[in-house]
Amino acid sequence: MRFLKSTLVVSFALGLAAAWAGGAVAGETPVRGGILKFVVGSKIPSYDAHMESTFGMIHPIRPFYSLLIRVNPENPSSPTDFVCDLCEGDVPAATDNGLKYTFKIRKDVWFHDGTPLTAADIKATFDKIVFPPEGVPSTRKAFFSSLDSITVPDKYTLVFNMKYASGAFLPAVAAPYNFVYSKKDLDEKGYAWHQKNINGTGAFTFVEHKPGAYVEGKRYEKYHHEGKPYLDGFRAISAPKMAVRLQAIRGNRAAIEFRGFPPKARDDLVAALGDKIVVQESDWNCALQFLPNHRRKPFDDVRVRRALTLAVDRWGGSKYLSQIAIVKTVGGVAFPGHPLAATKEELEKIAGYWPDLDKSRAEARRLLKEAGAEGLEFVLLNRGVDQPYRVVGTWLIDQWKKVGMKVTQNVLPSPAFYDAVRKKHDFDVTVYFNCQSIVNPLADVSAYISDDIAGNNYAGYQDRTMDKLFDQMNRSNDPAEQRRIMRLYEKRALDEEALQFVTLWWYKINPYRSYVKGWKIAPSHYLNQHLDNIWLDPHLM
Amino acid sequence: MTVSDVRTDLGAEEVVERTPWPAAILGLIARYPLGAAGALVVVAMIFAAVFADVIAPYDPEANAYEYMFTAPGGQYWLGADDFGRDIFSRIIYGARTALFVGFVAAFVGATGGLVLGVASAYFGGWFDLIIQRVMDVIMAFPLIILALAVISVLGPGIDKVIIAITIPFIPQCARVVRSSALAIREIPYIDAARACGFSHARIILRHMVPNVMAPFLIMITAFVGQAILLEATLSYLGLGVQEPVPAWGLMLKSGAEEYAESAPWIPIFPGIAISLAVFGFNLFGDALRDALDPKLRAQ
Repeated sequence: MRFLKSTLVVSFALGLAAAWAGGAVAGETPVRGGILKFVVGSKIPSYDAHMESTFGMIHPIRPFYSLLIRVNPENPSSPTDFVCDLCEGDVPAATDNGLKYTFKIRKDVWFHDGTPLTAADIKATFDKIVFPPEGVPSTRKAFFSSLDSITVPDKYTLVFNMKYASGAFLPAVAAPYNFVYSKKDLDEKGYAWHQKNINGTGAFTFVEHKPGAYVEGKRYEKYHHEGKPYLDGFRAISAPKMAVRLQAIRGNRAAIEFRGFPPKARDDLVAALGDKIVVQESDWNCALQFLPNHRRKPFDDVRVRRALTLAVDRWGGSKYLSQIAIVKTVGGVAFPGHPLAATKEELEKIAGYWPDLDKSRAEARRLLKEAGAEGLEFVLLNRGVDQPYRVVGTWLIDQWKKVGMKVTQNVLPSPAFYDAVRKKHDFDVTVYFNCQSIVNPLADVSAYISDDIAGNNYAGYQDRTMDKLFDQMNRSNDPAEQRRIMRLYEKRALDEEALQFVTLWWYKINPYRSYVKGWKIAPSHYLNQHLDNIWLDPHLM
Repeated sequence: MTVSDVRTDLGAEEVVERTPWPAAILGLIARYPLGAAGALVVVAMIFAAVFADVIAPYDPEANAYEYMFTAPGGQYWLGADDFGRDIFSRIIYGARTALFVGFVAAFVGATGGLVLGVASAYFGGWFDLIIQRVMDVIMAFPLIILALAVISVLGPGIDKVIIAITIPFIPQCARVVRSSALAIREIPYIDAARACGFSHARIILRHMVPNVMAPFLIMITAFVGQAILLEATLSYLGLGVQEPVPAWGLMLKSGAEEYAESAPWIPIFPGIAISLAVFGFNLFGDALRDALDPKLRAQ
């Protein structure tokens, strides 16, 4: 399948040589034992994955939990290759014209507190995610708009009844945030209990969390996947500064960082450690965007918004920024390389992607003049995180300067940034992101529909045509029709109405100690973080 | 040419000869060589800041990606950064940012301290007690902690940085000025001014303030160096000046974490600029203190 430009795994020649030198048997056969130490660059807001959306929670907490289904750990870059985690056999296909999914649940699963898992636990979990009571936060409930109800015909059977058939449903079920909780915990301790407590069925049991320092887990001996996990335990070390994370790996105080480093950091590590470092790279299901605030003048004028995107040289930016930042691929609203994504020829017809940069910028100037906004001055709001926000923000300002705009930057720490964008709407133009886990463009592009429907559109507009196109696309089961509608949707969002924009798509680079085995990079830093298949090669330590 | 001034004092005739200014400057350099070196740095900084548009060979904010990470050499004397921007030009323009923040924060902070310090000494009593306890509270916090606290409330940005740096300076200057002003308050001419019915404002501004100008000027020079360092620190922490504005602390931050090994010129030159500027202002301030203090001058 041509999908995804396939995840590029770059194993440096020396690293490979060392792996072979370490012994073919040791290189292929997992070895039990050892503690995996990894660094995490963000804090844990709470333990409840149903309400959180940060890798700061996923990386240290995901190993304590299981999912109903998950991406295939051996093929995590595929958007369609799912395997059972708590269900039995293969992931079931839909029946009744796509209106019913019946899952058989494993009978050999116990929560860490000793309670056996049944289908009722999974129903209670998805009821909390999809149909939360008033006041209970659930970040991704919109992903399940096609789901009608969940029933449990018997103790080990779970049925999802659909309102309409949707190709976006199974990827939504496999999302790494759908931690399965115990019904008993939810019933007896309440829906907020999991924000501060952990009781899962994952490969590791919770040992300790020292806020700001580390999270520790140890092997769960009754884990349901036979022979796993290989590790005795793990320690997730909190290290907000990139330099600290980098030096931790360099000094072998940690073996890996699962989010990603910029290219120079990779080069430095490889230059310093040679065959002790292996690198995996992949396109990343994160679009770095910039959003004009439609509530503010002159950004309520489509001509001004189009000028913003026409000024930006994405093709040139990709070439240079990919050397200094974790961005690389030029793309539209859908994950580049996916069958629903625009080809290069299709992209080149969209404003801001034209191959003739001079023509594009001349049009930007013309539009600004026509709108009476020549020499437009505004403030670009940005997030106080270097990669990729600061780098791309600085690049954007330079791009806009080339059509006569005067832009200053206001960089805020993450909490203040989110407050300004999401609650106060206090910005002219802001850098933002659309990061998702499993590649599922039908759901991932929901950020472009009206802000009174989408929970993650902060540009402040209502466009019913976009809503209609989104709905049509999701109700269609014909990939060709989905693709046709996606092009209309994309053209309207990025060009005709210039609602919000993509700069470049992120690019994931994970350099890590060569003794870490079994982990495969995914197109998302949220995926494949259960750690049950990771092992440490003692010959390379 | 020598200018002579003839003055008659109680019948005695005395001739005071004024030294020509080049000779006076040479004398000062000989007497305060370190101060002269500091003054040279200060003058060079001011020159760079004022004439940055003429001196800088490149636009400090223009990206030139084809030259990113160019090592120091003929084209880029101090090399180019990760955006292909000329580091020399950014340092030149960075002097403008540093001096702007440094002088404004130092002048406003010292002036605020001057007013409060003199007023506190002049009025005494409850007013003095309250003002000094407030100063004690502010001074209980280390400079950087207080600046960080102010920034966290106000948010980042050059104007906020100036406010954040100015506030901790006020009590420092007020405390020094107050001690000088307390001594002046006891001198009979102040009593005479009161007896003449002059207003408080007139007594403070016309008769007390001119007599505390020496410590005030010394504080200002010391504050400029501190303010430059503090601005660089806040920018390094991402709380000060923001990209793409050229500022030394920001340049250091951008380069130190990611490029200290592969492109060391990116953090090294702004680091040198910060050190040199602070060193220069400190030396100059020390020399100024020596020159203005009659006791030290006599020694």
